[in-house]
Amino acid sequence: MNPVRLLGALGVASALLTGSASIATAQNSIDRTKPPELGPPPTLSLPPIVTRQLANGLKLMIVEQHELPLADFVLLAGSGSTSDPAGKPGVANLTAAMLREGTTTRKSLEIADQAAFLGVNLSSGSSWESSTVSLHTPTAQLDSALALFADVALHPSFATGEFERLRKNRLTDLLQIRDQGPAIANLAFPAILYGSGHPYGLPSIGTEASVKSLTTSDLQAYYQSNYRPNNSTLIIVGDVKPDQIEQKINALFGGWQRGEVPQVTYGEPPKPAATTIYIIDKPAAAQSSFRIGSIGVPRSTKDYFALSVMNTILGGSFSSRLNQNLRETRGYTYGAGSRFDMRRAAGPFTASAEIVAAKTDSALLEFMKELSGIRQSISPAELSRAKRYLQLQLPGDFETTQQIAGALVPVALYGLPLDYYNNYVQNIEAVTLADVNRVAQQYINPAALAIVIVGDRKTIEPGLKSTNIGPIIVRDISGEVIQ
Amino acid sequence: MKKRPSLVAGCYLVALILTGALRAQTIPRIQFEKYTLPNGLEVILHEDHSTPIIAVDTWYHVGSGDEQVGRTGFAHLFEHIMFMGSEHVPVGSFDRLLEAAGGDNNGSTTEDRTNYYETLPSNALPLALWLDSDRMGFLLPTMDLAKVNLQRDVVKNERRQRVDNVPYGRADETILAALYPKAHPYSWPVIGSMTDLSAASLADVQNFFRTYYAPNNATLTIAGDFDPAAAKKLVAEYFGSIPRGPAIQRRTTVPPVVIPRDTFLVLEDRVQLPRLYYTWHSVKDFAKDDAALDILAQILANDKNSRLYKHLVYELQVAQDVGAVQDGSRLDGKFQIDVTPKPGQKVSDIDRLVETEIKNVIDNGITSRELQRAQNSFKARFLNRLASVLGKADRLNYYNYIVGNPDYVQQDAARYDRVTAADVQRVARTYLGRPKIVLTVVPEGKRDMMLTASGGGR
Repeated sequence: MNPVRLLGALGVASALLTGSASIATAQNSIDRTKPPELGPPPTLSLPPIVTRQLANGLKLMIVEQHELPLADFVLLAGSGSTSDPAGKPGVANLTAAMLREGTTTRKSLEIADQAAFLGVNLSSGSSWESSTVSLHTPTAQLDSALALFADVALHPSFATGEFERLRKNRLTDLLQIRDQGPAIANLAFPAILYGSGHPYGLPSIGTEASVKSLTTSDLQAYYQSNYRPNNSTLIIVGDVKPDQIEQKINALFGGWQRGEVPQVTYGEPPKPAATTIYIIDKPAAAQSSFRIGSIGVPRSTKDYFALSVMNTILGGSFSSRLNQNLRETRGYTYGAGSRFDMRRAAGPFTASAEIVAAKTDSALLEFMKELSGIRQSISPAELSRAKRYLQLQLPGDFETTQQIAGALVPVALYGLPLDYYNNYVQNIEAVTLADVNRVAQQYINPAALAIVIVGDRKTIEPGLKSTNIGPIIVRDISGEVIQ
Repeated sequence: MKKRPSLVAGCYLVALILTGALRAQTIPRIQFEKYTLPNGLEVILHEDHSTPIIAVDTWYHVGSGDEQVGRTGFAHLFEHIMFMGSEHVPVGSFDRLLEAAGGDNNGSTTEDRTNYYETLPSNALPLALWLDSDRMGFLLPTMDLAKVNLQRDVVKNERRQRVDNVPYGRADETILAALYPKAHPYSWPVIGSMTDLSAASLADVQNFFRTYYAPNNATLTIAGDFDPAAAKKLVAEYFGSIPRGPAIQRRTTVPPVVIPRDTFLVLEDRVQLPRLYYTWHSVKDFAKDDAALDILAQILANDKNSRLYKHLVYELQVAQDVGAVQDGSRLDGKFQIDVTPKPGQKVSDIDRLVETEIKNVIDNGITSRELQRAQNSFKARFLNRLASVLGKADRLNYYNYIVGNPDYVQQDAARYDRVTAADVQRVARTYLGRPKIVLTVVPEGKRDMMLTASGGGR
């Protein structure tokens, strides 16, 4: 959900409108035959971001929002699964999970008890390049909630018994993934695209072998290397005052010791191969899980805004080409879309849908038609709609404390300028038809796609073969070649 | 009585003080204005200028519980059809226009109601009202079988994505059919059956629209950054001329639910692990014991220190996960517990552990700390729902629909504060002491894993 915003410079429909003039008219005189003309979009004044830094290097990003007595805290350490030690996928993920499983002064159940007692959400997790501890709390008992939050972040005990329990739980999770076609596809697609030599090709939740082999020493070591104030930002949004909250944070986090954080080196991703269909058999699956794509771009790309607009047209909105074709015209799916995952290094471009098994081959032809079609021509009307959509939705991303905290994560993680959102509308506005045509041709190559389809092989393979879109290779559920 | 042995005394004291603090944090009222147009359309307005956006949320008082036998899933299919254009809005324009204005939209269907909502920049209110009034007043002139067929295919794919291609996805409809008698409006799932979806005709669409989609069966709530006087004029202009429909008779009672003895069911699915579902008939939303049952669910399974989670998942590690829910709707309700055993665990052993935990609550009650933890979690939930204009619009509509008063969030929250430990013990005894439906979902070909009256379950 989201909405709005705007800038005079947009040239949006401008006209005047609606406002008082039409209101004065009689009840029956409205013209239903065409959409109402809208007045200029509202201006959004983005709340200022106050930045501070503690002596140990911990950066603070503070936004005041006093609508409700709530606050959100996100401690963001700039290391995630790409910092997993060689041969040990899953370490970052399990390290983050273990933070809530006991500290030097609180047992696992005590942490949960106190969080529930306080009525707060306390969570921890990891992503490709970050690990987070998050707190959402009513401000009535802020001090107690913050003490719990800081304890979890700074004094994890990595108790063996708790880890053995999590290990057992994780191994069962890995077993249960076999039940879920979409989950299998989500794991297999990056594995096939990047291979096991690149961190983005490895499963961040670990493999059965790696999870079995890990010890609490692996997690301790990961924590000591990566959870450091000089590698972290604390995002604070809500019913707080910067000076007061900085004092509280300094009291809790000021003693956190700096450390040398190892840099991640990303190997060269594999060169794109000719378009190939990879089938992973999921017998009797009612739908085929499609993940089609290639290696895309890093977050630092100069083409960020042009790609955002182009992808909105291709598969990033309900009225996008992929969704309109595969869902609203053909009824093959409940929804189709596409996205560029942009990370420190080039993340994947993925087009995806869950397709009724009987239409698997027909749907693939339509996917290919759209992935080629976006390179042929984009109309000025499509460009304009996509730009308005991205620009005018911005204010809706800044409604709640959780949304604002979420919006600040990429600013902290990728070093975006603090006025990034203030300039967002102009940056989208500057995207031209030539830009979107160029990035479509540059980044979407129908001749070099990995097409991963998890479905009932017996039903779908003959039809896929007859599409002649590429050779068919059958893989197992980890994306590995079946021997 | 089970205590929490791991808590030290110091902690406990601090916590007591904290409780006071959270309790002191009252749930704010949602200020609103409500009026009714001459054609019967209820309008609720709530101003919030903190962000320049607006939520428009229309509730039609019809859901899957109003469907006819042989047409299950129709209310939800109809929801999809409402996005397929109307007399002045060509097919496809609805989303194109809203997205180009920076808006997002969706709809949802439950047993009891169907809603349609948009969130948009505050300048785009007229667009939302134009689109919503056109489909309320002018849906049928351009409706045809092709539109119905298209959304029929989409909805069948929605069913596949949510039910048929999801592990354990068919458990719910299996349980409903066993829990409720055939004529009961909650005895079939909202998504419906593939057969019934196939049977829906253009005439069904026309009849359903004429019966239920009239202004006198709807509530339009607008929340956010707008001027009330201007909004009222717009609402009058766009909706005022839509004619009132015939009076609507909806059921106010349901057939009695009679479960004379525990009933054991089995469902084969493509799953690695079995799962047990225990379902009791309970009470409807806002019934006297509804809040106490909500708190019981929290205390049994929805927290790391909850009885079942702590014992089965955390301590013994014989279950992968557990869940519990009091699911009260407008006319009736059910209470459900589900447990997924870890690999190698027998469902009969799991069953004994579940039974012991339930019996423990029935016989010995709960601690004050368990109660306070649950109450505080609910209080935080009430507060969180008020963070967005769409969340507030939803609450206003919900209370207006269920209790006839949009201004009910504080009273709703107070229900949870009033629950006592004795209440929780009493509702556990009353409702979980009743005969139940027990479904075991088993891996294909392993029906002998099912739980039976004599235990069973290898």
